[in-house]
Amino acid sequence: MLMMSMDKIDELFALIAQNQALYIPADNKDGAAEYTRWSEGVKYSSALNTVRSAKDFFFPQTENLVDFKMEGKNIEIIDIREEAEDFVLFGVRACDAKSFAILDSVYLTDPVDSYYKTRREHGTVITMVCNKPSETCFCSTFGIDASQPGGDVECSSDGNNLYFEAKTEKGKAFIETISSLLTEGDASGAEAVKAKTKEILAKLPLSGLSTEAFGGDKLNEHFNSEKWASLSEACLGCGTCTFVCPTCQCYDIRDFDTGHGIKRYRCWDSCMYSDFTKMAHGNPRLSQLERFRQRFMHKLVYYPANNNGEFGCVGCGRCLAKCPISMNIVKVMKALEVK
Amino acid sequence: MQKAIIEKAKELLAAGTVNRVMGWKKGDFAYDSTPAVFYNAEEIDSEFVYDEFTASNVSKYLIKESQKEGKILVFLKPCDTYSFNQLIKEHRINRENVYVAGIQCDGKLDIEKFRTKGISGIQSITNNNGTLTVETIYGTETVSAADVIAERCLSCKSKKHVAYDELIGEDGEVIDSNRFDMVEQLENMSAEERYDFWRSQLSKCIRCNACRNVCPACSCENCVFDNPGSGISNKAAADSFEENMFHIIRAFHVAGRCTDCGECSRVCPQNIPLHLLNRKFIKDINELYGDYQAGEDTDSRAPLTNYRQEDCEPSVVHERGVE
Repeated sequence: MLMMSMDKIDELFALIAQNQALYIPADNKDGAAEYTRWSEGVKYSSALNTVRSAKDFFFPQTENLVDFKMEGKNIEIIDIREEAEDFVLFGVRACDAKSFAILDSVYLTDPVDSYYKTRREHGTVITMVCNKPSETCFCSTFGIDASQPGGDVECSSDGNNLYFEAKTEKGKAFIETISSLLTEGDASGAEAVKAKTKEILAKLPLSGLSTEAFGGDKLNEHFNSEKWASLSEACLGCGTCTFVCPTCQCYDIRDFDTGHGIKRYRCWDSCMYSDFTKMAHGNPRLSQLERFRQRFMHKLVYYPANNNGEFGCVGCGRCLAKCPISMNIVKVMKALEVK
Repeated sequence: MQKAIIEKAKELLAAGTVNRVMGWKKGDFAYDSTPAVFYNAEEIDSEFVYDEFTASNVSKYLIKESQKEGKILVFLKPCDTYSFNQLIKEHRINRENVYVAGIQCDGKLDIEKFRTKGISGIQSITNNNGTLTVETIYGTETVSAADVIAERCLSCKSKKHVAYDELIGEDGEVIDSNRFDMVEQLENMSAEERYDFWRSQLSKCIRCNACRNVCPACSCENCVFDNPGSGISNKAAADSFEENMFHIIRAFHVAGRCTDCGECSRVCPQNIPLHLLNRKFIKDINELYGDYQAGEDTDSRAPLTNYRQEDCEPSVVHERGVE
């Protein structure tokens, strides 16, 4: 197995950054981890996860799509896309790595979203095995193994060494570019890290959470549940859960009038917002109960119905940690699974 | 405290004084309670919780709840009673439909501060006279409560309840707190330093609107920022300054009405110290119009909606702005 001393991690980053943009989790001034473009002095954070998910790199919060220039009766359509740059996302956890597959099934199936596709093609995902999962983690509920995060290259670390395993052709090519720093060693170090992670995962308080009561065929029983009223009662209707979520994929498209033309952009939208899916005839979901239900039904019923039973949640736990009123998908699942 | 609160809730329900109770429902962990309405003694016995982590200011929920049939019992911490009064003053709460039990508060704990200390895998938290024993799947940790107390409680403005029908525990006093210290520090910065401070903080905003939606002073039925017909609705920032504008405009909108309950900063997923914007307004109002605390009463005229001959002239802005 290929490995490197953790002491050399800054050298590794410098080497990667010679060829392409590199983003790593780094602690900001408040001590919260966020993906940061690496440059000399940016230190890798061992935090379990970033506040914002890694989806931003493929599905940014706002993005200009196209410009329109008006002259008299003529409208010129201007493609504003610039050449995308290659980039490396380092330190992605198993939950976020899986979220890319969920976004892919939305954006890469016909009709393909070319903006998203371009960024996916230019990105290399280096994952990292979790060493210290939190009580809010429940990735295993959705069949994710935090000791095998996948991506293009899978890394694990015991604090002393960093172990590398290429998972895709892109990953193999990436390993070639950093081979000068790697040595061949035996795999027991990485195996030990993974075994320890597995042991911790089994001890997590939410490890018993099951998806058995959910799936594409459970529409009527859950949609009509009386429990939505009390579950959604305290919901503030803010977008925190949606915006920290690695799998929430809805967006709005708006036109910005520049005075001499139009900038058409898209931005994240939240089904929790009162104007979500508002159309000429009005809004199909008038109450917060309906909006709240939409978010969880989407992840637990509608998404699996359209995606071979895959759920639209990866159990990263960000919404558990960040919801202002501590209402979240785990509480919803626990309430709904009781008949 | 929880025991006394639960007893009171059951007593008032049984007597028919109220037909439901607003409080907090237990979560999955030691710290994640959710505001909830309880309808009977069984629900209360099995799910009601009041502890160091029940931090939500539930007064805003009364806008909706007090429009419903029958009286609701609500438990308000001292700081929440200011929000309650302010909402009464703004005619947003129907006072007749609310029974307020004021509850003593010794400060709330912030779970984020546990996390910043590297504590993870929390199974339980027990408080023994200010020493917290945290059982985690990685072992036992001991933390002093003083180290994990919520930021807003470190500069608590009042332990006094300004509105209640009944008190549970002790009523305290208005505190001569240090809450304007940080504002003063910001005032003493150069314009450039201050600008950098706010840009670095506000640029973290993900525009989730949690600050606005939790804010008891933000009670418009339809916010201009959500209304496509307003012409200024925006889900996305058109340029990098727009997020800053959102927060500044919001601070202006709640000026003179913000009671400094601190919910905005508590709920911000990006830990932006939004309360400092509001405190700057409070401090300015105090200096320009004399001390004023929003929510202290329900009938006085607020400085910004009142006129007195001795009020400061608009030129004060220019005079103060010169550096």
